Formats: sequence, C-alpha cells, structure tokens
Amino acid sequence: MSDPSDLFLLPLEDWIQTAVEWVVANWRPVFQAIRWPISYTLDGLEAALQGIPYLVVVIAMFAIAWRTAGWRTGVFSIAAMLFIGFLGLWDKAMTTLAIVFTAVVFCVIVGLPLGIMAGRSDRFWSWLRPVLDVMQTTPSFVYLVPVVMLFGIGTVPGVIATIIFSLPPLIRLTNLGLRQVRTEVVEAGLAFGSTRWQLLKEVQFPLALPTIMAGLNQTLLLAMVMSVIAAMIGAEGLGLTVLRGIGRLDVGLAAIGGISIALLAIILDRVTQALGQARRDGPPVERRSWLAMTLGSRPRPGGTPATGENDSSRGPSERFSKGGG
Amino acid sequence: MPVKVRAERLSKVFGDSPGAALEMLDGGASKDEILRETGNVVAVSEVRFDIEEGEIFMVMGLSGSGKSTLVRCLNRLIEPTCGDVLIDGENILAVDEGRVRELRRTKMSMVFQHFALFPHKSVRENVEFGLKIRGAAPAERGAAALDTLRLVGLEDWAEHYPASLSGGMQQRVGLARALATDPGILLMDEAFSALDPLIRRDMQDELLDLQRKVRKTIVFITHDFHEALKLGDRIAMMRDGKIVQVGPPEEIVSRPADDYVVDFTRDIDRGRVFSCASIMRKIPPLQLGKDTLDTATRRMRQESRDALHVVDGEGRPRGIVHAGAIARSVQAGEPDLADALLDGFPTTPETARIADLYTMCGDGLPIAVLDSRGAYAGVLMPLDILTKLTPDVPDPGTRRAMP
Ligand SMILES: Nc1ncnc2c1ncn2[C@@H]1O[C@H](COP(=O)(O)OP(=O)(O)O)[C@@H](O)[C@H]1O
Ligand SMILES: [Mg+2]
Repeated sequence: MSDPSDLFLLPLEDWIQTAVEWVVANWRPVFQAIRWPISYTLDGLEAALQGIPYLVVVIAMFAIAWRTAGWRTGVFSIAAMLFIGFLGLWDKAMTTLAIVFTAVVFCVIVGLPLGIMAGRSDRFWSWLRPVLDVMQTTPSFVYLVPVVMLFGIGTVPGVIATIIFSLPPLIRLTNLGLRQVRTEVVEAGLAFGSTRWQLLKEVQFPLALPTIMAGLNQTLLLAMVMSVIAAMIGAEGLGLTVLRGIGRLDVGLAAIGGISIALLAIILDRVTQALGQARRDGPPVERRSWLAMTLGSRPRPGGTPATGENDSSRGPSERFSKGGG
Repeated sequence: MPVKVRAERLSKVFGDSPGAALEMLDGGASKDEILRETGNVVAVSEVRFDIEEGEIFMVMGLSGSGKSTLVRCLNRLIEPTCGDVLIDGENILAVDEGRVRELRRTKMSMVFQHFALFPHKSVRENVEFGLKIRGAAPAERGAAALDTLRLVGLEDWAEHYPASLSGGMQQRVGLARALATDPGILLMDEAFSALDPLIRRDMQDELLDLQRKVRKTIVFITHDFHEALKLGDRIAMMRDGKIVQVGPPEEIVSRPADDYVVDFTRDIDRGRVFSCASIMRKIPPLQLGKDTLDTATRRMRQESRDALHVVDGEGRPRGIVHAGAIARSVQAGEPDLADALLDGFPTTPETARIADLYTMCGDGLPIAVLDSRGAYAGVLMPLDILTKLTPDVPDPGTRRAMP
C-alpha cells in the first residue's frame, strides 16, 4: 500500500498548530477584550433569570407568547415551563436561556450591521458570502477546538462558539431582506433626495424587517442547538445535563435534558416566527404601530391603542434598533 | 419661456467598457453593432433637447428604447456616461452628491410606473416623505401633505395604507407625493401605464386639469402614442436610445420623420390630434367697407377660390360671398359688397379638434375658424378635413398651415 504522502507530506498540521499558538501567545488582550462584554451580559442575564421568582418568569413567558403568537402558544408555554420545573431542571433551563439570549444579542450586534453592509454593497457581499458558506458547512463541533485554544473552557467560550455557529442565517437574511426591497421603491426613496442613512431607516430596513425576523428565528434555533454542543467545552445548562446523561449512559437523564431543550426551542420558535409573520400579514394599522415602536418614532394620534399594550414585542424589537444604530 | 431642462449629447452605456462603445457610437455604429462587438448596451445615445418651463414634454418609444434610462439620467438616479444635463442652467453632472440630493429635494420629483409607494407608511406619511427627508417639522409637513392630498381628491384616505387603495388611487398618492415638495419639474416614468384603460383616461384628464392649476414642467415617459398625443405639448420619439423626432403632436402625425414614427401614427384617431388652428388656411378675408365687388372678384381669382369670408372692422366674420352671388349683384347693378353677403355660415373656435367638425362638414360650406377673441383666423374646407384624416394622401394644405 502506498499513498501520496509517500511522495510528499504537507506539514499543514504543524503550521496551524504553530500559528494558533502564536496567536494565543501574542493576541491574548484581544481575546480578553472580546470575552469581557459577553461574560458581562451572560452573567447579568443569568443572574436575572435565576433571581426572579419562577412564577414571574412563567407569567412573563406566557404574556410574551400570548401577545405575539396567540393564546395557544401562551398556554403551551405555561405548561412547558412548569413541566421543565417539575423535572427539576429549572435552574439549568434558565442558564440555557441566558446562554441563548446572550448569543442572540451578540449575533444581532455583529450580524445586523454585517448583513446591512452586505445588502448595500455587492463587493462586500461577494467577499462575505464564501466566509458564510464555510461557516455553515463546517460541522458544529469543529468550532470548539479553536475556541477552546483561544478562549479556554467554560460557559463564556461556549457562548462564543454559539455566536459563531448561529450568526450566518441572520447575516444572510438581512442581506436578502434588503436586496428584496423593490428597485422602484428604493429609487423612490432616492428620488426625493434621501441620504443613504435616510434610505436605510425610512425605506430599506422597515421593508426588510419580516425577512430579518425570519433570520433571527433561525439564528435563535441554531443557538439553541449549539448551546447543547457547547456543553462539550464546559458550557453549563441543559446541554450539560444531556452530555452527562450520555457520558454515564444514563438514558433517563439525557432524555429529560433533551425534552426540556425541545420544549424551550418550540416556544422560542413559535414566538419569533409569529413576530415575523405578524409584520407580513397583519393589518397595516397594527403593523404600523409595531414599526413605530421598533424605529423609535412616536405613535400618532389616530393610531391604534395597540401600541400601548403591545409591550411583549418590545423586548426583541429593541435589540434590533440597538444593532441597527 | 425659459429653458427648464436641457440635455446635451447625453449618452448612457451599460457595460464594462463604455469608452469603446462611445467611440463606436461616434463613428456612427448602431446599437446592435456595438452590442455585438463590445457587449455593451447603449441605452441612451447622444440625446439632446430643450424643455421649456411649464411644458409637458412626452418621451415616447417602444419598450427597451431607453426612456426609463433617459429620465433617470435627468435626476442622476442613473449616472450618464457622457453629456450634460442642465436644470435651470446648472449642469447637474458637474456637481457633487450633496448638491444632487439638494436638487432632488427641491427642484424635481418623480412618479413611477408601479407607483413605488412605501407600503409600511400611511398615505399621508407617503405624501410627507419628501418633506420629511428635507427635514420639515411634523406639523408643517402633515399640513402640506393634507393640502396636496386635497388637490388629488384623497384627503379622506390620509390615514389608510397604500395596500387598501385601488391602482388609480395609489397613483394619485404617487402624484401627490411628487407634488408635495412643490418641485418645478415632475419626472413621470410610464406613470399611467399600469392602470386600466378607463382609469388611465381619467388620470390623464386629471393630470391636464392639475397642470392648469400647478403649471409644472413635466417630463412624461410613455409607450402609448395616444397618451403622448393627448398629454404632450411636444413629443420626443425615441428609438434605440436616439430621439428621432421632436415636435408638437400635430407635426409628429402630419410629418413623421421616419418609418418608425409612421408606424405609430397609422392607427390613431387623427381627428383628435389636429386642432382647427393647425390645419386651417390663413386666407385673408374681405373687409366690409373696404373691399368692393371688384376687389372681391380679383381676390377670388388670386386665391383661386370661389368663396371668401367677409369681416367687419373688428375682424369678426359677417358672412361669406360666392363668385356666383357677385356676378348676380353686378348684373342687378348693386355695387355694394354687403348686398352679396350670405350670412348663414359655420364657425368653429381654433382650439377645437377636427373630430368635432364632422357634422359641419356635411354642409360642404367653408368653415370660419375663430381665434379666442372671436376674430376670423382662417378657413377650413370640408375637403381639407377629410384629407387630413387619411394618413398617406399628400396634403397641399399642410405646408401653409404649419410653417
Ligand atoms: N441596469 C442595466 N444594465 C444593463 N442594461 C440595462 C440596464 N437598464 C436598462 N438596460 C438596457 O437599456 C435599454 C433601455 O432600457 P430602458 O431605459 O429600461 O427602456 P424603456 O424604459 O424604454 O423600456 C434596454 O436595452 C435595457 O435592456
Ligand atoms: Mg421603462
């Protein structure tokens, strides 16, 4: 038996090893700087979710689900959350939620501007697109190795791996959403003398929003998936429960962890999907009030009273305006 | 009237080697040849025109002839490859981006084929858009938007969304949005092409109505020759990026520059195109008190006609004299022109279309054409009218009617 390596062995393995070691040794401050805001957000969110009485969390989840996705999803979310609690996994579920929300927040902060830039510049998009292709075809656990080398192990590196893994769809769909806005409508914006920023704020972004919401939905679900895999590098939460169950061949433990994750995923999926859907199909008046909130403009007299009571959708929407700004 | 918009040798080439394409264009190559050899599309090719203030200037051509590209070069939504565009004498291709935005905000606005309303904004917010972009305060722009909506009859729809409006109403919102910034120039790219025929006709009438009130300089793109004839003060006929003929509707119809234009003129209702003024003969009338039976006979021989109109001191027609009547008067020994006068004769205002005269033609009498003051301006023979309605018969009257 012979193979090409008899002729020539490419020492890529050594090169990468050397390169990563060099980066780790010399770029330490950079990685610390990246770590800090993530760790800060994660700790804050986790402390909040763990600190709030569980009944408040359940009711809040119900309210959000009910206002966005209707009463069925509302009722389902009460049942699901209580069920997770009865399994004895409440704390772990809260940690998982904190991980997922933190990852999504940073995905929005990073992905929305990148998606917007890609949507407005063919050149930038032609450069970014292959990067996203590589990111999306790389098996999820492959992210874990460099993350561990650069950031160590624990929940924060787990969040970082989750961010990298779940970022592409948001960028892609933001880009797509902007490009889908009809040429004539963009021309109308420009023909009245809009600056690029005015065009984005008044025309492109609001019209791309349903597509961007679909991207957010996908990103959120991927974050959910990755939060489990991230348990392999020490991220806590439900993922760790599953991992432990598998490690000990404890089918029961792995199963209750898995069920809890699935229940959380269903709730989050329904809610974010409904957010995007409402924008697409909802009666214009309702749509306007939501947009008015999202974009931070004041509701007008003669608008609908829905504006005031629609608090539930404010959480996710505020993250958008932050990312867009 | 001052020139509001001027284009000078304006060209637009789509593709990656516009330089080579322009060179071939200079050498007289056609659009097809250039596409074959360089792969570039010459969308607009050395166009020049002057549009006067207050004029409706129609750009007419088949789909793909470069109309949309041309109109977008006027506000630089599309960057021309070469040439000049002067708006009020200012070359807008020489100014920076900020100045272009300023011009778009104040001097010109645009109406689109598929309305291009902002679906996430209410009708009022749509109409306010230009003012908002300009930085106007909410109260001020709201009031202005309502005023403009009143102009197009949609003030009751201010808080509705575009999706709940019919096509015609949506385009009226588009029109209101364009008018709200009170620009001097309106660019309308096939603004009515997407509407049903009946609605389209209403919108055309409404635009003419509106134009009487607001007096804008309008560049109106269309592929509908009837629309061009109806709305246009002048029409530019466009083919393969070139303007092959510019002129008032009557001129385009009566003297088409080439076969391309002839094709359009074939199946139009000519009676609706020609005004009486455009085809009447300016034969000087006889004057009561000045002309005698003698001079009348001489004039008839000169003009080789057997009847002439007679006007009074104010130039108003009083009647018509026939050669036969003169002969009879002379025989009867009545020397006065007034005695030979026949006073039952048809008249028409000079702005009337010849389609309005068909019943009058039945009498076979010469029709006196009156100007806005009621004075005699010329004469129309029923035969002139009938020849005008058939395209291919050479028409001796045309030269004199339109110098
Ligand atoms: N962005 C573009 N890229 C390449 N070719 C274009 C582009 N826009 C228009 N064209 C070409 O330019 C020509 C004129 O198009 P257009 O101005 O849209 O014509 P019209 O409005 O008269 O139908 C057509 O041949 C069209 O294919
Ligand atoms: Mg067009």
